Amino acid sequence: MSEPGFASLPRPKRQSRRWALWIPALLAGLPTLGWAEMKLNLPEPVSPLTREVFDLHMMTTWVAVWIMVIVILLVGYTLWKFRKSTGSVADQEFHKGFFGTWSWLLVPILVLGIDLTIADRANSTFDQVENIGDAEVTVKVTGSQWKWTYEYMEHDYSFISNLKSKEEAGEYDYLRTVDNPLVLPVNTRVRFLHTAADVLHAWWVPEIAVKKDSIPGYINETWTIIEKEGVYRGQCAENCGVGHAYMPIEVQAVSRAEFDRWIGERVAEKQAAVALAASNKVWSKDELMAEGEGLYNTFCAACHQVNGAGLPPAFPALAGSDMALNDLAGHLDIVINGKQGTAMAAWGAQLDDLQMAAIITYERNAWGNDTGDAVQPADVKAAR
Amino acid sequence: MTSIAATHDDHDHHHAPTGWRRWVFSTNHKDIGTMYLFFALFMLFLGGAMAMVIRAELFSPGLQFVSPEFYNNMFTNHALIMIFGMVMPAAAGMANWMIPMMIGAPDMALPRLNNLSFWLLPAGALMLVLSIVAPWVGGGMAVTAGWTLYPPISLQAGMSMDLLIFTIHLLGISSILASINIVTTILNMRAPGMTMMKMPVFVWAWFFTGVLLILIMPAFAGGVTMLLFDRHFGTSFFDAAGGGDPVLFQHLFWFFGHPEVYVLLLPSIGVLGMVVPTFSRKPLFGYKSLVYGMAFLATLGMVVWAHHQYTVGMSIWATKYFMIGTILISIPIGLMKFNFIFTMWRGSLTFETPMLFAIAIILMFAFAGVTGVMLAVVPADLQYHDTYFVVAHFHYALIPGAVFGLYAGVFYWLPKWTGHMYDEKLGKLFFWWTTISFNVTFFPQHFSGLAGMPRRIVDYGVQFTEFNMVSSVGAFAFGLSHLLFLYIIIKTIRGGEPAPAKPWEGAQAGTPGLEWTVSSPPPFHTFETPPEVK
Repeated sequence: MSEPGFASLPRPKRQSRRWALWIPALLAGLPTLGWAEMKLNLPEPVSPLTREVFDLHMMTTWVAVWIMVIVILLVGYTLWKFRKSTGSVADQEFHKGFFGTWSWLLVPILVLGIDLTIADRANSTFDQVENIGDAEVTVKVTGSQWKWTYEYMEHDYSFISNLKSKEEAGEYDYLRTVDNPLVLPVNTRVRFLHTAADVLHAWWVPEIAVKKDSIPGYINETWTIIEKEGVYRGQCAENCGVGHAYMPIEVQAVSRAEFDRWIGERVAEKQAAVALAASNKVWSKDELMAEGEGLYNTFCAACHQVNGAGLPPAFPALAGSDMALNDLAGHLDIVINGKQGTAMAAWGAQLDDLQMAAIITYERNAWGNDTGDAVQPADVKAAR
Repeated sequence: MTSIAATHDDHDHHHAPTGWRRWVFSTNHKDIGTMYLFFALFMLFLGGAMAMVIRAELFSPGLQFVSPEFYNNMFTNHALIMIFGMVMPAAAGMANWMIPMMIGAPDMALPRLNNLSFWLLPAGALMLVLSIVAPWVGGGMAVTAGWTLYPPISLQAGMSMDLLIFTIHLLGISSILASINIVTTILNMRAPGMTMMKMPVFVWAWFFTGVLLILIMPAFAGGVTMLLFDRHFGTSFFDAAGGGDPVLFQHLFWFFGHPEVYVLLLPSIGVLGMVVPTFSRKPLFGYKSLVYGMAFLATLGMVVWAHHQYTVGMSIWATKYFMIGTILISIPIGLMKFNFIFTMWRGSLTFETPMLFAIAIILMFAFAGVTGVMLAVVPADLQYHDTYFVVAHFHYALIPGAVFGLYAGVFYWLPKWTGHMYDEKLGKLFFWWTTISFNVTFFPQHFSGLAGMPRRIVDYGVQFTEFNMVSSVGAFAFGLSHLLFLYIIIKTIRGGEPAPAKPWEGAQAGTPGLEWTVSSPPPFHTFETPPEVK
């Protein structure tokens, strides 16, 4: 939508309440300043749906701006023209005149006209939002405290996406980058299925799709056709607790061929890992510790901290904890099944036996816990 | 407020109690009104301090002052305090003071109930403070859910959530009782000749407010009680794993929560309906359409709640219904705006502090109105939802719409309440200070929201830094301005130019104006013999 020429607007005279003017002036003026990092509007859409939504947004924005301009001019003129200090005498009969008699009808008709214009446009755009259609790629997005799990339904492949730490991401990209971005093909109809494992979340990348909440027990749908390769960012948009600020989203949109190659490699890798975990190999403590450290930092450190000290009282310390030192059965149980009434999630469904064994071994030997335990995948399997 | 006691002449039949008994056992609408107003003032500073914590933390990226848990707890309690502890008690205090005097009644219809409904408030506030400190004394995790208290996250918190549920019960009972009292007073205690369609707009506004509160509070009380049962008694109303539905709570909450917005706004619209004609020196334009507009607003406001939950995935037709219903709210709001603007048209305007606030409300609340229409549009809201755009919108709705209306009311009626004129120069300074700093605080948040900053986050990426710095600077100035507000109030109570019975030239423009026929400050008991309204 082209922008009406704001500069050509009639300006109220100096005496009017000029402070009242800065709202529309800034609305129209700020976007042209173009500060490097400061975005002032919704990001440039890259899918047909978000483009339609963006146009609708610009339409309602301009309706809003013009209504404000008219109201401000009207109020400004009234205040200037009818002030007592210039000898204005109140017209005690004004409210009984024609307009006073019929304004109850005229004003609503005027407002209704504007309302229906907007509603009509919104109605057809909303039909597009809900026109999910048959997608070639379906991604199930599961929010959990405080990370995203992506599952490519057609490929039976899933992975977890976590915040990149400040050290890894750097000051500039912190809270915007993740360890494993979601990879999607361009020019392909993609359907998202949104759900949550614990509390409410909302997966939101404004360039490519509108947001719907992730709700435990519900599956919500959104869709997109990304038209441009690139990296698109967003973050969780529904309060999910103390880590709400720490679950960003990163989408890499690549060509269809690149996507097919990528997903093929991932699936092959996963099959190899499954075979290894099922091979009844007995793992040494050192192997488990090496594997466990990375997994711990990915899945557990957000709450229990990298140094195992936790953030009591909400997130208990693991270093020196009675459970990590003495109670292996309890330790297996809490990691597999979680703990009701706390933020501790049930990891049983999210991690395989080998990953669990590595994490628990790490927790029982790191930070001076030194129990010497080497928990095997078979132990986890037995405890499930 | 000793001045009120001092002017109490002894023509009535019983002694007015003195000392602490006067306040604790009070059944006098003026004393209870005063207590409501002071309670609200105290809570304004408590809730404001929490806003300062929030803005200090958000001044720059990173974690500077507080933990994420405490931060979440702060924005949760900031909202609850400002809504239940500040705006509603302040509006109830004004209703207590002014409604009996406006309709020529000797007191509220149910004076003892009046005492109870006030004294439930400090009990509720104590419970709320306990909820904040509970995590430090072994009460488990703080409430991190936000004031909407959505499950499942509100099920994760420790004892502080239970204390918050009891807070809501107490404050909810208080406002239901106060509303019953006010509605009963309006229906039964009017002086002879004071027909409903002669009532001042403020009385009408509180009539609708009271009716709304009686209708909606039970839904919220029921919702949080179900939360309590889910937490402790093994039910699973809201737990999907037990066959419950987390979205059910959202419907219960917003069935209360959206009309609650009008509960906060309507008393201020009532104040506007008094202030604008006074300083325009002519009758309100469209009295009837304003009254019917408020009725329409209250009714429509009851049936559009789910526009707060477009993103939960309702059926297409339900969503469209809520969208169109919500957009139609612009009709009564637009009507009211025009009524106020055309009350000023061809008037004889002066710009005392209450009028300045009234003009600011007309302009800035109009801005909240147009962003409200933007938010009502479903596809666009699916982008705006839960971003700072929403935060900016509802602060524009609630600070000019509700809080500035209360400020206008305070300055408008302070001469009547205390018998002294406030310092007009300081009043104007306060107006410009708050209005400018308010806009500096919240205007940039529209843009940070559009740029993608979600609400309720304790830390943010560097791309949002500039706007948050501007917002924080504005917020500190806005917070600081309230010390001036406090000073003006204390100064006016302690002395100043004596106020005549009718301190404003145009005060009776278009209303019976009974409140201006009694002295300033009014005697302890007014209208023991009902006045006649012609």
